[in-house]
Amino acid sequence: MILNYSQPLEISNLTSWFDQYLRSNLSEFWTLLIEFVLVGIFLLAAYAVIALILIYAERKITAFFQARLGPNRVGKWGLLQSVADMIKILLKEIIRINRSDRFLFFAAPFFMIVASMLTFGAIPFGKGLQAIDFNIGVLYVTAVSSLGIIGVLLAGWSSNNKYSMIGAMRSGAQFISYELSSGFALMTIVVLAGTMQFSQMIEGQRFCWNIFNGHISSIIAFVIYLISGHAETNRGPFDLPEAESELTAGYHTEYSGLQFGFYYLAEYLNMFIIASIATTVFLGGYLPIQIQGWDAFNGIMGYIPSYVWFFSKTGFLIFLSLWVRWSFPRLRIDQLLNLEWKYLLPINLVNLLLMVILVLTGLTLKNLFGIL
Amino acid sequence: MSSLSLFLTVFISGVVLVIVGLGIAILLAPQSFNLQKGEPYECGIPTHGTSWMQFKAGYYLYAILYLMFDVETIFLFPWSVVVRDLGYTGLYSILFFIVILGLGLAYAWKKGVLKWS
Repeated sequence: MILNYSQPLEISNLTSWFDQYLRSNLSEFWTLLIEFVLVGIFLLAAYAVIALILIYAERKITAFFQARLGPNRVGKWGLLQSVADMIKILLKEIIRINRSDRFLFFAAPFFMIVASMLTFGAIPFGKGLQAIDFNIGVLYVTAVSSLGIIGVLLAGWSSNNKYSMIGAMRSGAQFISYELSSGFALMTIVVLAGTMQFSQMIEGQRFCWNIFNGHISSIIAFVIYLISGHAETNRGPFDLPEAESELTAGYHTEYSGLQFGFYYLAEYLNMFIIASIATTVFLGGYLPIQIQGWDAFNGIMGYIPSYVWFFSKTGFLIFLSLWVRWSFPRLRIDQLLNLEWKYLLPINLVNLLLMVILVLTGLTLKNLFGIL
Repeated sequence: MSSLSLFLTVFISGVVLVIVGLGIAILLAPQSFNLQKGEPYECGIPTHGTSWMQFKAGYYLYAILYLMFDVETIFLFPWSVVVRDLGYTGLYSILFFIVILGLGLAYAWKKGVLKWS
C-alpha cells in the first residue's frame, strides 16, 4: 500500500499554482518563456549558493578533522567567509599568459561550467523540482558529466606550462578510467530498476531503496560508485592531478582570478553532483524512509518535505567523501590506474551479471518479501 | 519537446554564468602589465622550451582501452533497460559479449599495457 500524504511545505505546490496562474493570464508561449527564464535563474542561484555552502562546510569540517577552528573571523562563526572569498576572487586580475593558446585558454572554463551545469539540471532536488527529466536520464548524466574532462585537457594544453600539461594528462587518464566504473555501477542499478528516467527510478523505490532491493549486488555497486565518483572529482586520495607539492596546482596553474574561480566552483559542484546522483539512484532520492506496515512512523517521516530528505542524504554522502579525503594518503598514478583496471572494472563486470541473475531469478528483496 | 527546450535553457544559463562572471571580473579587476607577468609559472626561473611536445605513451594506451569499454557501455545501456523482458536470452547473448571484451582486457593485461613503467 502506498500512502499519499498531502504535504503543505512542498515547493511543487507553489510551482504548480504559479504555472496555473500564468496559464490563465497569458498565452502558451509567454508562459513557457517566463518559466524557462525562471528555471534558468533558479538553477544559477542554486549553483552559486550550493557552492558557497559547500566551500564553507568543507573548510569547517576539515578544521574539525584536523583539530583546529577553521574560518571564524568574517561573520558569526565565519559564515560569511566564502562570500568574502567570492568577492575577493571577482576583484582579482585575469592575467594573460605569453605564448599560450588564447582561444582555447579562454574556452576551457566554459566546458567545465557547462558540463557541470547540464548535469546539475538533471538532478531531482525534490518532488517536481527537476529541470531536465529525460527518459534516458542515467545515460544523459554519464555522457554530459564526461564533457568536463575536455575543459581540463584544454586548460592543460593551452596554458603552455609543464605543470599544467602533466596535471591535465594525469587528470584525463584518471577521469576516463573511473568514468567506466561509475557508468557500470549505474548500469547495474538500471538493470534492477528497469528504467533510466530519474523520476520513475525514484518512484520505484518508495518502500525499498535500490541499495536494499538488490542487496549484495547493489551494495557492491554503491561502494564502487562512491570510489569512482570520488576519483572523478579529483579529490581526496585521488587528487594527484593537482598534487600541490609536485605540480603547484595541476591543470589550472596558469589560471587566475575568476577563471580559476570557475574551476574551483565546478570542482565543488561536481562533488555535490556525484553525491546527489548516488542519492537518487541508490538511496531513494527525495523519498522519506518508509517501512512497510509501520503506518505511524511512515506518517511522521512523510511529513518532512522531500527536499529536506534529498539534501540530508546528499549531505551525508558529502560528509563521507570529506572523511575519506582527510583519512588517506595520496596514491601514485600507477596505483590509481591499477585500482581501476585490475580491480574495479573486472569486479564491476561480474557484478553486472550477478545483478542480472538476481533480477531474473527473482531474488531481489522486493520479490522475496512480497513488498508491493 | 519540453525536455529539449529545458536542456537548452540549462545550457544557456551555464554559458551566461561564465560570460557574466568574466564580464564583471574584467570591469572590476585592476589591470597592469609588465613583461615578467606573462611568463608561464615554472619555479621562478625563465621557462625552458615549450611544453607542447611529445608526451608519455602510457596515457595513450589507457585511452585506447577506455574507448573499447566506452563503446561497450553504449551497447549495454539499452540492453540493461529491457533485460527483464528479454529474460535468459538477453543474459546469454550479453554474457558472450562481455566474455569477448574480458578477453580483450586480459590480453592487454598479459601484454603489460596495464603496467606503468
